[in-house]
Amino acid sequence: MAQAHEVNEQGYKIFKLGDFTFRRDEYFAHIGWPGGVHSISVENFLRALMRDVAWGFFYGTVSFDAVFGTTNHYGTVEVFVGLRNEAYWRNNKHFVQTFDSNQTTGIFKAILEDWTNEGFDPFAAPEETRIAFGPKHGSNRAAIERMRVTAKRMVGADGDATLRNDANGYKVNRQFAGYQPEKLEVHPEPGFENEVHAFDFFDYLMRSDVTWNPSVVSAVKHNLICATTEEYMLPVIHGNDRVEWFLQLSDQIDWLVYDGKTGKPRARVVAKAGDICAMPADIQHQGISPKRSMLLVWENGDSALPDLYASGKLKPYPVEF
Amino acid sequence: MAVPTKLGSLADFAKGGVEVIDDDPRHYAFSNIFEVAAKSRPYEKVCVGKNIKNVLEAIRAEGTSPWYTASHDEAALVMDGEVEIHLVKLDQPAAREDQEGTTMLEGQPTGRKMGRIVARRGHMALLPKGSAYRFYADKPGVILFQTLLGPLTIERWGEICQR
Repeated sequence: MAQAHEVNEQGYKIFKLGDFTFRRDEYFAHIGWPGGVHSISVENFLRALMRDVAWGFFYGTVSFDAVFGTTNHYGTVEVFVGLRNEAYWRNNKHFVQTFDSNQTTGIFKAILEDWTNEGFDPFAAPEETRIAFGPKHGSNRAAIERMRVTAKRMVGADGDATLRNDANGYKVNRQFAGYQPEKLEVHPEPGFENEVHAFDFFDYLMRSDVTWNPSVVSAVKHNLICATTEEYMLPVIHGNDRVEWFLQLSDQIDWLVYDGKTGKPRARVVAKAGDICAMPADIQHQGISPKRSMLLVWENGDSALPDLYASGKLKPYPVEF
Repeated sequence: MAVPTKLGSLADFAKGGVEVIDDDPRHYAFSNIFEVAAKSRPYEKVCVGKNIKNVLEAIRAEGTSPWYTASHDEAALVMDGEVEIHLVKLDQPAAREDQEGTTMLEGQPTGRKMGRIVARRGHMALLPKGSAYRFYADKPGVILFQTLLGPLTIERWGEICQR
């Protein structure tokens, strides 16, 4: 049963989810379970928690660091300590509990709301937000309640997700200020105004007010082009339950790749503009982007895939040559 | 001072790569769409991303393409150059409902003109189900194409990917 308990001396509520306890002080989030306690910088914790909540636990595993995380089973969610870390599970130090997804979302949202102080935006790049630290002071509901965009066909198409512009509050990000957009021409014949559609994908992306938050821009059945702007570091280590692909649209991201089961390093993938690569289904990855960059994340939304990969019916990498 | 945004093009791209610690670089199917397009013939649909039956194709846009259609939506993202897209609403679907991926039409499509789009770098165009479309590029350009695996999809992973 998830419930909030008392308020601690820094002014923050203490939360329980099953046998897990979540408490924060001025600098750290402390996660307790019957076998121990794990501590994470509260800034990193809130950034990771924000993605986990906004993504509905996303595809597969969202690790907040090398120890704590969640695995999505689409209706239920595993909350774990050490499950993706060989030192933990080999020594039987791991701990896992499974909860209803809605119940877990509820408690995670409550933590976000109570622990996010005024001025701190867990979606923003570090240079664009005030700090997460200190005793409780205010809140920032506007920052943590953004809706994730999911286009049904294509952003800007008739009846679909809306475009971004100055008028609706989306200004070009400071790190793309020097980019000169190209002129787009759309010339529909009479009667086809709602069927002939194109939009400036780069301009749309450069106006994103969040980082590390892919959202669907164009969908062809289960073929989902998602887009996101990235700056600083992906605040989670993502272990997908299927193959996903990254196409670097601008600048550079380095992907630090770890084994999905042991957490041991496997590769570093350096992606520059125009580079495209797969992330196999048996790894975990974390990206770093020294400058704000544009990334196309390409997903397969077929819900049958996790079982096919987990059972070994599909190989963890996408092609053989 | 803001660092300039770096984009790629046919004429100017830099490629990264997989630095292996304990893995096989082939597992990442790493390539670069500008390099692929630079080595392609006009309008070859070279697969640069594959996820079961979903594909991303790199297309070198140059001159006039054949007419194409599909039984589902497709999307074209222009990554370099200027590409003009002509659209026709087909009187009768030319691709079977169960035929996935891009279908090439023989000759001219029969139907009403829907309009045209002039897309340049960074622009994405919807190619609606039930339409026919054709590309024209005065100078070489690059299209990233979102579709399903089809008879026109070319897979040459061993040539384009890091080993």
